[in-house]
Amino acid sequence: MFYREAGDFKTSYVDDGQTFPIKFDRYRYYFVLFVAFAIVPLLVNDYWVNAIFLPFLIYSIAAIGLNILVGYCGQVSLGTGGFMAVGAYACYKFMTGMDIWIGGVQYALPPINIFFSVILAGFVTAFVGLLFGLPSLRIKGFYLAVATLAAQFFLVWLFNKWSWAYNYSASGQINAPEREIFGVAITGPSTEAWATYLFCLVFATLTALVARNLTRGSVGRKWMAIRDMDIAAEIIGVNPLRAKLSAFAVSSFYVGIAGALFFAVYLGAVEVGEAFGIQKSFIVLFMVIIGGLGSIFGSFAGAAFLVLLPVLLKLMLADQAQSISPVANVFGWLFLALFAISAIMFLVSAVRSRSIISTSALYWLGASIATFIIYALTIGGMGWPTDIVAHLQFVIVGALIIIFLVAEPHGLAQLWRVSKEKLRLWPFPH
Amino acid sequence: MSDQFIFGIEVFLNGLMAGVLYALVALGFVLIYKASGIFNYSQGVMALFAAATLVGVMKGQVPFSHLINAIFGTDVHYFGWHLPGIVGILLTAVVMILLAWFVQRFIFRHLVGQEPIILFMATIGLAYFLEGFSDLMWGSEIKKLDVGLPQGINTWIDETTFGIFGYGFFIDNLDIVATVVAALLVIALVIFSQYTKQGRAMRAVADDHQAALSVGINLNFIWVMVWSLAGFVALVAGIMWGTKSGVQFSLSLIALKALPVLMLGGFTSIPGAIVGGLIIGVGEKLFEFIVGPMVGGATENWFAYVLALIFLVFRPQGLFGEKIIERV
Repeated sequence: MFYREAGDFKTSYVDDGQTFPIKFDRYRYYFVLFVAFAIVPLLVNDYWVNAIFLPFLIYSIAAIGLNILVGYCGQVSLGTGGFMAVGAYACYKFMTGMDIWIGGVQYALPPINIFFSVILAGFVTAFVGLLFGLPSLRIKGFYLAVATLAAQFFLVWLFNKWSWAYNYSASGQINAPEREIFGVAITGPSTEAWATYLFCLVFATLTALVARNLTRGSVGRKWMAIRDMDIAAEIIGVNPLRAKLSAFAVSSFYVGIAGALFFAVYLGAVEVGEAFGIQKSFIVLFMVIIGGLGSIFGSFAGAAFLVLLPVLLKLMLADQAQSISPVANVFGWLFLALFAISAIMFLVSAVRSRSIISTSALYWLGASIATFIIYALTIGGMGWPTDIVAHLQFVIVGALIIIFLVAEPHGLAQLWRVSKEKLRLWPFPH
Repeated sequence: MSDQFIFGIEVFLNGLMAGVLYALVALGFVLIYKASGIFNYSQGVMALFAAATLVGVMKGQVPFSHLINAIFGTDVHYFGWHLPGIVGILLTAVVMILLAWFVQRFIFRHLVGQEPIILFMATIGLAYFLEGFSDLMWGSEIKKLDVGLPQGINTWIDETTFGIFGYGFFIDNLDIVATVVAALLVIALVIFSQYTKQGRAMRAVADDHQAALSVGINLNFIWVMVWSLAGFVALVAGIMWGTKSGVQFSLSLIALKALPVLMLGGFTSIPGAIVGGLIIGVGEKLFEFIVGPMVGGATENWFAYVLALIFLVFRPQGLFGEKIIERV
């Protein structure tokens, strides 16, 4: 009813091969693009852009990059933070004018436009990624995952010690100078919210479109063949050297662009160990897992989820309540009641059937958590200390990773697919 | 003999001791990997959790006191007792067994038959969860752990070496204790796995799940037992590291130090873990001592990884690992 492909006839191969073959998907895609490009920039302010939109767009690019490597090509990487650092420092060198020493003589390139600096930074990162991807030809699985940690630690150490990379500044930090496109400031202290948003949106849209088409084409099929079984893929004629290294290069290109944007547009000043440490690698990996391995949409969904979660937790738990309305109190009591019911159901099922997880009790627990969220949001925060909220965030993210891996290994993207299937017939039974 | 050479020997000895501590963490990895094929990234966080629990139990901290105070507006912190170290260790061991049961019952029982890499990512999730859980339960401040292990410079070695070389070596007593404990632990584990019924069952499970199941071995029990053993090893490692540098977040990062040890030694070999630990410990200390000053120091962060990476390219299964055979 609400999602259908019936009556959507294609009369040429071009029609059949387009990025979104189903009309409904295509129009929805145009609509999303229209809202993102034309409406959101009119409405956003600094808080929305800095707290939500910029991290969401930038992490989405990084997550797409990692998803190409992990989800499509099956090579797990824990070096994302290190590659983002490469992108950031390369971008910094290009936008401030790279100095090159040849035979004791210094040659300086002129500063390059920020747009092209970001793209060039992507290419530099692709090259570095290629180098660290070489071991993937010999080693597999978590041996490779651990080997990519070498990239993470080595690169962070390198950018700490190599003074050429941060232009010999005394603090060891890199600071983005003011750069503009068409006379509009994109980096530096005096930027407009809509400008930085649109700049990142252009990159996110372009990279997502390219990724979508790469993964649909012959390159993507080769990656997936390698992922599913590399020896079998080799036997049917996929060159593992080219497939694996191209996945590493493309993935690092994306991650490098994300790193460059993260430094130049989002943070503005970066200290490498703090901004691109191992935690960053894990967060991007979690986005890929929660969003859905092997899905471009999933990369966006995972990034949105993990960007929104801390914001939501802060609003719910850390902020101090202003006034408690009677409506909020109703939700509070409702939460207590639902929670008590689910606890009793867990107990009953544990005693009766010796199984602790009972599905109906889980539904009640879910309902009680939802009521709690509404309660906490309506009263305007529980006022807990921020360190407790931070620890709670770790617990929630860790638990979600496990829950997704156990219950839905293809993540939010799969939930989305399932709900689309439901919507095809809903509300009719057949 | 030149001073540099004598310093070098001291660095070498200290590297050996550090290597023993790495090997302690690596042992926990090997145990779980051998028995269940799970590469347990959370081993380091388990050590942190064990050490924090030990401190909390000994000081009589109320678990989740910060959270309880935040929710109910109360002000509870301590039960008001102080336990001796040995009782604390026993209680913590019970907690680690409970944890092993939970992990097995709620996570890995549902992931049987999944690809190894999915299991690996699940343990990363577990590591995140445990990290937050440990901080929620016992607070995140740096805690001092003292179960009565000797600490400080070993004066006997200092005086003896001073008599021979004219320069006293600095060797920490704690490192010597750690070495002895690690040796005992390895001997105990070998005896357990070779000569007891449960140990034989464990090796059978490691060899072939299906075959073990068909001769009547209870897989769930074996897996809980293995996770408990790993929890116990984590407890020992947590005590050593916690006494050395305090119980704090960085304790969980020793897992990252143990990974290259495993790559070097092979994921399936207990002697491999020991030898790998020693090579990494000595290698990174000597590298820092010889090459470090030329490149600006702090090479310890990455040396182990790069060494393991170079090594793997030539021998993908590690020093003592089983040969990897792949079939379509």
